[in-house]
Amino acid sequence: MAGADWPRDIFQSLSDLDVRQVAFVPDAGHARLIEMCHDHDAIVTVPLTTEEEGVALLAGAWLGGQRGALLMQSSGVGNCINMLALVKSCRFPMLIIVTMRGQWGETNPWQVPMGQAVAESLKLMGVMVTAVEVAEDVGATVKEAGDMVFSGAGGAAVLLSQRLIGAKTFDDRIPD
Amino acid sequence: MDVERATCYPLRRREVVSGLLSDRGDLLLITGLGAPAWDAAAAGDSPFTFPLWAAMGGAAAMGLGLALAQPERRVLVLTGDGEMLMGLGSLATIAALAPANLAIAVLDNERYGETGMQPTHTAGATDLAAIAAAAGISVTGTVRDAAGLEHAQGDLRDAVGPVFYAIKVRPEDLPLTLPPRHGVWLKDRFRVALLGDAAVL
Repeated sequence: MAGADWPRDIFQSLSDLDVRQVAFVPDAGHARLIEMCHDHDAIVTVPLTTEEEGVALLAGAWLGGQRGALLMQSSGVGNCINMLALVKSCRFPMLIIVTMRGQWGETNPWQVPMGQAVAESLKLMGVMVTAVEVAEDVGATVKEAGDMVFSGAGGAAVLLSQRLIGAKTFDDRIPD
Repeated sequence: MDVERATCYPLRRREVVSGLLSDRGDLLLITGLGAPAWDAAAAGDSPFTFPLWAAMGGAAAMGLGLALAQPERRVLVLTGDGEMLMGLGSLATIAALAPANLAIAVLDNERYGETGMQPTHTAGATDLAAIAAAAGISVTGTVRDAAGLEHAQGDLRDAVGPVFYAIKVRPEDLPLTLPPRHGVWLKDRFRVALLGDAAVL
């Protein structure tokens, strides 16, 4: 059933899209997906030092005939802005999957400024944005976004709500 | 900073690039924005050259994606010291993947050439080849003269990578030779040459 294991649904969509390079800066919300990609022979996983590297990397992958996906937390969107000129100027396909912070249940107020600016920032750079709040919609949304970008529509980001992935709290790490 | 030092460097960038790209065969080339792109254009246009006109700091990472996608082809990233300084983290990312077919040549004139020849950090104590080695790049070096260039040229074309050379060149304000600048066309031209007509259908 779609949704019960949404990281696996994303993995299935990436496989169906023939994605061969998956670049990421780690995030707790993406941890299982990254593990699945890492364990899959047809996919090369690329750990980045900053998210903007991933935009350039996947442009290079496309030049070489491979499809890619870029995974990041919402704060990483801010690191990508200038590099997204590649997508707009050259219409490189760019499939971005963002795990959100700074919204629904956020307890770290410092995450809120970038989290609240993610959708508008991406749109300003010409990237299409679809926010997903419901687990059942995750896999299909990634697949549809991928179909759009890999057929020439430019860049698309799927934002996975903190409502979906669970808000991060610090309570369980604070000694009693 | 020692802003005078570079003015005595013997190597001239256009000659260096002309040599690096002579008999380039099926070499795939990414150039960083600014003077390295002009140098490559002066050496001759090719569908297998992708010149960046923006995306500063992204040339090496773009080369990595291309090298991973085309493991049988040699990929050269030709960029400048200012562009490389903006993407230093990508050297660690490249070392993590260690593609054998990727080489990076930095034309290091210790200047931001396009903005008025202001000194970069390499005019001071910063050593790009040492950074690349410390990031984990397997073959690295700094080139200062013709003999060093000959050795580096062999490594850049044939050594098991990743390969990184900083090539110290004299700051020069040269006549512009511009590559094509339409991004969609450059991208599609490269893909059609590499992958065939189906790449844009």
